[in-house]
Amino acid sequence: MLRLERRPQPSKMWSYLTPLIAVAATMIVGGLLFAALGKPPVEAIKTIFWDPLFGPFASYSRPQLLIKAGPLILIAIGLALGFKAGIWNIGAEGQYIVGAICGAAVALAFYPMDGFFIFPLMILFGGLGGFLWAMIPALLKTRFGTNEILVSLMLVYVAEQLLAAMALGPLKNPEGYGFPGSRNLQQYEAAYNAEIIAGTGMHWGVVAALISVIMAYILLGRHVLGFHIRVTGEAPRAAGFAGVHTGRLVVICLGLSGALAGLAGMFEISGPSGVVSIDFNVGYGFTAIIVAFLGRLHPLGILLAGLLLALTYIGGEMAQMTLNLPSAAIQVFQGMLLFFLLAVDFLTNYRVRIGQKEAV
Amino acid sequence: MTEPLLKITGLTKAYPGVVANDDVSFAIQPGEIHALLGENGAGKSTLVKMVYGLVKPDSGQMELHGIGYEPVNPSAARQLGVAMVFQHFSLFDALSVAENIALGMENPPSPRELSGRIRDVSEEYGLPLEPHQIVGDLSAGERQRVEIIRCLLQNPKLLIMDEPTSVLTPQEVEILFKTLRQLKEEGTSILYISHKLEEIRSLCDHATILRLGRNVGECVPAETTARDMAEMMVGSALHTPERKDEPTGEVLLELSDLTAASPNPFGTTLKGVGFAVRAGEILGIGGVAGNGQDELLATISGETRVTSGTITLRGQPIGHLGPNARRSLGVLAAPEERLGHAAAPAMSLTENALLSGAIREGLLTRGFINWRGSRRFAQRIIDAFDVRTPGTETSAQALSGGNLQKFVIGREILQRPDVLVVNQPTWGVDASAAAAIRQALLDLAAGGAAVVVISQDLDELMEISNRFAALNEGRLSDVRDTAGLTVDQIGLMMGGAHDMEVAHVH
Repeated sequence: MLRLERRPQPSKMWSYLTPLIAVAATMIVGGLLFAALGKPPVEAIKTIFWDPLFGPFASYSRPQLLIKAGPLILIAIGLALGFKAGIWNIGAEGQYIVGAICGAAVALAFYPMDGFFIFPLMILFGGLGGFLWAMIPALLKTRFGTNEILVSLMLVYVAEQLLAAMALGPLKNPEGYGFPGSRNLQQYEAAYNAEIIAGTGMHWGVVAALISVIMAYILLGRHVLGFHIRVTGEAPRAAGFAGVHTGRLVVICLGLSGALAGLAGMFEISGPSGVVSIDFNVGYGFTAIIVAFLGRLHPLGILLAGLLLALTYIGGEMAQMTLNLPSAAIQVFQGMLLFFLLAVDFLTNYRVRIGQKEAV
Repeated sequence: MTEPLLKITGLTKAYPGVVANDDVSFAIQPGEIHALLGENGAGKSTLVKMVYGLVKPDSGQMELHGIGYEPVNPSAARQLGVAMVFQHFSLFDALSVAENIALGMENPPSPRELSGRIRDVSEEYGLPLEPHQIVGDLSAGERQRVEIIRCLLQNPKLLIMDEPTSVLTPQEVEILFKTLRQLKEEGTSILYISHKLEEIRSLCDHATILRLGRNVGECVPAETTARDMAEMMVGSALHTPERKDEPTGEVLLELSDLTAASPNPFGTTLKGVGFAVRAGEILGIGGVAGNGQDELLATISGETRVTSGTITLRGQPIGHLGPNARRSLGVLAAPEERLGHAAAPAMSLTENALLSGAIREGLLTRGFINWRGSRRFAQRIIDAFDVRTPGTETSAQALSGGNLQKFVIGREILQRPDVLVVNQPTWGVDASAAAAIRQALLDLAAGGAAVVVISQDLDELMEISNRFAALNEGRLSDVRDTAGLTVDQIGLMMGGAHDMEVAHVH
C-alpha cells in the first residue's frame, strides 16, 4: 500500500526536481492531448520545444525567445516577491496594460519632439502607472481588509476597458484614417525601444528583466526586506514578532510587482508591439504567475522558467501555423504545466512510502 | 497478583537517527493509576502512541487481558477499550460541545440522545459541562472535560492522559483528580503522563520511568521523594535554581490601567492591567491559558499597540513603539508559541537568530544582513544553552520542543535585555532543561534586569518569582509577595473559584 509521510524538513532535491518532472509530465500528457486532436504527438512536441531554437525557421524565432521571455521574467520577479510573503497579486496583466498606456501617453505627448529624456521619462511613467494601479488593491486591503486576489484580478478587466478607450479615444492616431490604435512608436525614434544588438531580440526590457533578477536575488538573500518577506510568508505571527509591519509590506510587495509589470508593459509597447491597440495584451501577466511558481519563486529559477514559457509561446504559434493546432491548445498546455507542478510539489514536503499505514 | 490489564514486553520503536523506545517492558494492573515519567524525548509519547494504535512497534508484544494486542489504528484501540486524552485538544472552536463529541464517535447517536448522555456522564463524574455551549467560549479546563467525556462515553478499560494538568488551575486539578480516582474505584486503569512529580506522588499507584527510550526504573510514587524521581528521570543529580535576595532596584517597566483588544476573535481583551517591575525582580504572572497571557506579552513586546493606558520604561512612555524600537531600548520578549510565533518553523536557526536579534546584535548594515554574524550568534545560543541540534542550518521545526525552547529563551537572554517578558518558558521542556532555563532567568534578574514570567506552572512561579499576580479574563489581580502565599490564596487570585461550582450543570 502506498502512503504519504511528512518530511521533517522540506527536501532540497525534490524542490529542484519537481519543475523538471512537471515539464516532462506536461510533454507526455500534452502529446496525448494533441494525439486526441488527431495531430502527430511527437512532431507537435518537437515543433513546440525544438523547432523554435533549432528548426528551419530558427533564425526568425530565436530572437523572439528574448522578446517573449523579457516581460515574463520582469513580471514574474515582482509577483514572486509578493507570493513569497503570501500577498497574491493576480492582476499583473492589468498593471502591465496601465504601465503600457502611461508610457505610451508620455511618448505621444512629446511627439514628434526629439530628446534624450523622452525614453527615460517613459520608463518612469510606465513603472509609475503599474505601481499606482497596484496601489488600488494594496490600499483597499490595508484600509478595509479586502481580498487582494479578487480586487487585483477584477482590475485587469477594468484596465482592458481603459486600454480600449485609449486606443479608440485620446491616444488614437490622428493620421490613422479613423482606424483604432495609436501612432506606431517604432516609427518615433526618441521613444522606440529598439534592439540593442540587431537580430538578438535583446531590448531594454530584457536588460531590465536581467537587472531585476539580480536585484531580487540580492534582496531575498542579503537584505532585511527580503528576509521580512520570507518570514511573513512562512509564519505571519513570527513576522509580527520580528517587527514586520504587515500593512507596509503589502504596499511594498504589491507596489513593486505593479511597477515591474508596468515597466514590462511600457517596454513592450515602445518596442515589439509599438501600438496602443485593443489587442495589445496577450496574457503575459497571467503566464508570469506560472513562470513564478515554475521557477520556485527563486530569481534564477524564474529566469529559466521565463525562457521555457517563452519557448512554449513561440512553439505554440509555430504549431498553429504548421500543424493547425487550435490556439487554445497552447494555453491548455501552459495551464497543464502549472497544474502538474502543483501536483508533484507535495513530494517536496512528503515522501511516498510503500508499506503499512502509520500515522506519526 | 491478578492478571494485568495491559502487559508490555520488549517494545522497541526506532525512527531514522533515534531509537524512541528500546526494549520497554511494564504492566498496568486493573484499577491502577500508572504514571509514565520521563524527560522530553524520553519516549513517553511514542510509547503511548503505540498503545493507542497510532504507531506500530518495530518489535515487542503487548497483551490486553492476556490476549495479544496489536491495534492497527486508534479506532481499533478504542473498540478494545483503550481511550486517550491528548495534550493538545482536537476540538473545533466554532462547534458546540455535543457536536465536537459526535465528530469523534464511530456511530454517534441522535443529538438529543447524545446531549442526554453527556449530561449524565458529566454529572456522574463531577465534570460540569453544558452540551450546547460553543467550544470557542470554553476555558482550557472545560475543553479538557470535553475530551475526557468523549472518552468516557466509550466506557474505556484503559484511559491514557498526556500531561492533563498543564492547563488547569489548582481547583480544576482537584476536580480532575477526583474524577480520575472515581474511575479507578470503578476499575478503569489510567496511564498518566506528566512531569509534575508532586501530582504523581499524590495520584498515582505506580510509576514507570523512561530515560532515552529505556525503562530505567519503577517506583511507588507515594513512597519516593520527588527529588529521587527527578534524578531517576535525568540520570544525574538535579541542580535546583537559587533565588537571590529581595530586589530594591529602580522601577524599570511599569504598566498602568492598560486596555488592549485582542487581534484574535477568540482572544481576550486586557482590561485595566497595571503593575511595576523593578530591576533585579522577577514578577510571576499565573493564570489559566487563554485569560490574556498572549495579549499581555504582545502589548509589552510591541506587537499590539495599546488602546489606552500607558507602558513606561524608566518613566518614558513606550506604548506607541513597535517591537524593534522597543528592542533597541532593551525590552525583549519570548512568546509562548515556539513554532510560528517565537520562531519561523521552516527557517534555519541562523535565520531565527536574526529574527529577533537583528537590532541588538547589530546584524544589519544599512539593511543588509550580516549572515556570518547571524550564524555566530546562533552558535553562541546553541553553545550557551546546550541546544541539541546538528548545526546552525537546521530548520527550527526539526528541533524537539525542549531544544527549540532553550534556543528561543537563550536568544533573548543573550541579548542582555533590561526587561524580559517570557510566556510559558518551560512548557514541554524536560526537568534539567527547565532548571537551566529558570536558573538563566534568575541570573538575568540578579544581573539587574526586570523579568516578567507568565506561566501556568505555579510551582515554577513560586520557585523563581519575588512577587506574584494572576490573570483572569483579561484582568490582573493585585500583585503580592510570593513568600507566604498559600495554594488557596493563589487559586482565588486566579479566579479559579467560579470553576468550583460543580452544580453548574442544570
